[in-house]
Amino acid sequence: MKTKIIAAFMWSFIFTGPIFAVEPGEIMSDAAQEQRARGLSLELRCLVCQNQSIDDSNADLAKDLRVLVRERILVGDSDEEVKSYLVARYGEFVLLKPSFSSHTFLLWTLPFFGLLAGMALALRKRKARPENMLSEEEQRQLLALTTTGDKK
Amino acid sequence: MIIELGHFALILAFAVSIVQFAGPLFAVKTGDQRLFSIAPHAAILQAMLVVGCFAALVIAFAKSDFSVALVYQHSHSLQPFIYKLTSVWGNHEGSMLLWVMVLSLFGGAVAIMGRDMPHDLRSVTLAFQGLIAAVFTGFILFTSNPFLRQVNAPFEGKDLNPILQDPGLAIHPPMLYLGYVGFSICFSFAGAALLLGRVDNMWAKFVRPWALLAWIFLTLGIAMGSYWAYYILGWGGWWFWDPVENASLMPWLAGTAFLHSAIVMEKRGALKVWTVLLAILTFSLSLMGTFIVRSGILTSVHTFASDPARGVFILGILVLFVGGSLALFAWRAPSLAHGGLFAPVSREGALVFNNLFLSASCLAVLVGTLYPLLLEAITGDKISVGPPFFVATMLPLTIPLALAMPFGQNLAWKRGAFLGLFQRLALAIFAAVFIMIIVFATQQNGPVLAPIGLGLGLFLGVGSLVDVFNRSFRGGGILLGFRRAFGLPLSAWGTTIAHFGVALFIVGVSMTAYDEEKVASMTINDSISLHGYRVTLTDFRNNSEANYREAITKFDVSTGGVKVAVLEPSKRTYIMSRSPTSQTARYTIGFSQIYVALGDSDNFGATSVRIYWKPFVLLIWLGPAAMALGGLLSLLDRRLRIGVAKRAERVVLQ
Repeated sequence: MKTKIIAAFMWSFIFTGPIFAVEPGEIMSDAAQEQRARGLSLELRCLVCQNQSIDDSNADLAKDLRVLVRERILVGDSDEEVKSYLVARYGEFVLLKPSFSSHTFLLWTLPFFGLLAGMALALRKRKARPENMLSEEEQRQLLALTTTGDKK
Repeated sequence: MIIELGHFALILAFAVSIVQFAGPLFAVKTGDQRLFSIAPHAAILQAMLVVGCFAALVIAFAKSDFSVALVYQHSHSLQPFIYKLTSVWGNHEGSMLLWVMVLSLFGGAVAIMGRDMPHDLRSVTLAFQGLIAAVFTGFILFTSNPFLRQVNAPFEGKDLNPILQDPGLAIHPPMLYLGYVGFSICFSFAGAALLLGRVDNMWAKFVRPWALLAWIFLTLGIAMGSYWAYYILGWGGWWFWDPVENASLMPWLAGTAFLHSAIVMEKRGALKVWTVLLAILTFSLSLMGTFIVRSGILTSVHTFASDPARGVFILGILVLFVGGSLALFAWRAPSLAHGGLFAPVSREGALVFNNLFLSASCLAVLVGTLYPLLLEAITGDKISVGPPFFVATMLPLTIPLALAMPFGQNLAWKRGAFLGLFQRLALAIFAAVFIMIIVFATQQNGPVLAPIGLGLGLFLGVGSLVDVFNRSFRGGGILLGFRRAFGLPLSAWGTTIAHFGVALFIVGVSMTAYDEEKVASMTINDSISLHGYRVTLTDFRNNSEANYREAITKFDVSTGGVKVAVLEPSKRTYIMSRSPTSQTARYTIGFSQIYVALGDSDNFGATSVRIYWKPFVLLIWLGPAAMALGGLLSLLDRRLRIGVAKRAERVVLQ
């Protein structure tokens, strides 16, 4: 039993992946370029992970992508060029912030349409109600009542 | 035997909940007043049965009774006792039982504390609560029974997911459930109000304490979960816009909107239709959250307890409740009378503004969470919607909201004036502009949004105090001022502190732009300098506990040559699951932290280390804590506890 546990324990170390993303060996010597790489990494999805960016993920694919991003930067690609390079190979899915297109039109605009519709509704409801709630007849009665009250 | 009793109690609870909802609804139909009286008794009985049933499961876990399949699947005899208990809700069946327990506790509480509510309103509210309980108890009994036995009980269990063996898990799920299941009672109130045609000021007054209670728990639950993620996941993030996190944020946004619109309804009789709709929507979003988490339909890091087969059942429940309640709303809402009038620039107007922006933010989260799923179902295109999207859409919706908060708080009901408002907020505006100028002037190539965020936070912080200050210290001496401040209604303090909490949160979030980070491969006696602190790796050592072993790396933190702290992050390997987890270590200086996380070790004795300087990071969670405190103060306000005054009256009569 004991040897089994120890075996299991040692086995686990062999399969222990890196616990976190960006490893010391990956970091670029140029600080400005590294900063760009980090920023880009945050916007790219680790394709095999569940909802993680390649900056956060410790998966092998994420590491490959981080290295790839840095290679593209070294080659002299702009941020946009790096992104389109990856989109060409992995599809839109790789972008955590989907680009604005006919497919994502509603995604980007619906909350703001919702806000405008709400504002319109609130304003319309205000207009629908008259400023003066009393009819002319009621106004006359009110005037009559208040003036007779004065005479007494 | 205890397990069988628990199982039996759950079946009884199922039966009682059917009586609880059928009785009052029958009373509404036939007009037989006596049938109304069933509901409170049934609700109390049901709560007792479900608590008993939950206790039975807790006992099974505490005793490591592996003849119960659930205990075998999710527990281990060597786990520390506290994690044996938290294992109860670290799995699907147990967490659903917790869900139903919170549901029935809220029902029982309304039955006991709602004695001053109109008879029929209380009973029909409890009927709706009973309907929800019946459906979910049925769900547990028929698809996710926690009490299943297995023959030939194994000697050892399979252990709880190591990442969940943490004090955070002990508190986070129960808090969260008390919050978002708690909003079920607002839903039931709304159903009752619509069915009985009792949508009025009194309704708002009765429902608000319950909404506040649920909101306090939800706020704390979300903040707890966020802090847990921050220290456990090892990269120092605190919110990941993960679908499951979004599932708890949506009811929070809608619930916050509801709390504010219910004030307008209570005080001024306006916004009735909208308030009732929000009560329905808030719980509908909670139900949708349950569906998202339980079905595992969206990929996320929280799917440890998911099972797609059950998803269909919950989807059915979701359609039933959301569809049913909205149909009831559509049927009844047109008959509701309109409430009081108000000018656009007024307290009511500001609260409408608040509701518009909170709802739009909620919509943004909803669309962002569901869009990839729907798009894939309709067109087959796979897209990702991640943090950068949410930040880009949420900022334009939440910044105006925060900006408007001090204005709203200082406006009069019915009709306010902008000019006086600016005079009152002059100090806050000055402070905000001043801090923005200072920060922009001192930083070079720094972030742009952060100083604006700091200004906003300061404006909001100072602005939230103005009302209380003016009401206490205008005229009269300082002593009189303090006496006045203590004499202010608790709800005034509640608003002030809750809004101040939002300011703290905004400052905390803005300061993350000034995080510093060092990544290095380190061995003994290597050190890293970060923000005036020197972090030196001093030792590697091993440690073993009952159900895991850990490799600890020891660091000394020193500043100016003086040692101030020892940090011991580690990597744990649990005996059963074998999956390694990383434990971070943090040193707190004021509201800021030094955060150390371990990476991989190489073959030459060096280990990769990530060290962060996180300025004012604790404000991110202290903010919500202050919001919850504000909520609590409002809850304690005498004016909300209308029951108290009435009970005193009865004593006098006797």
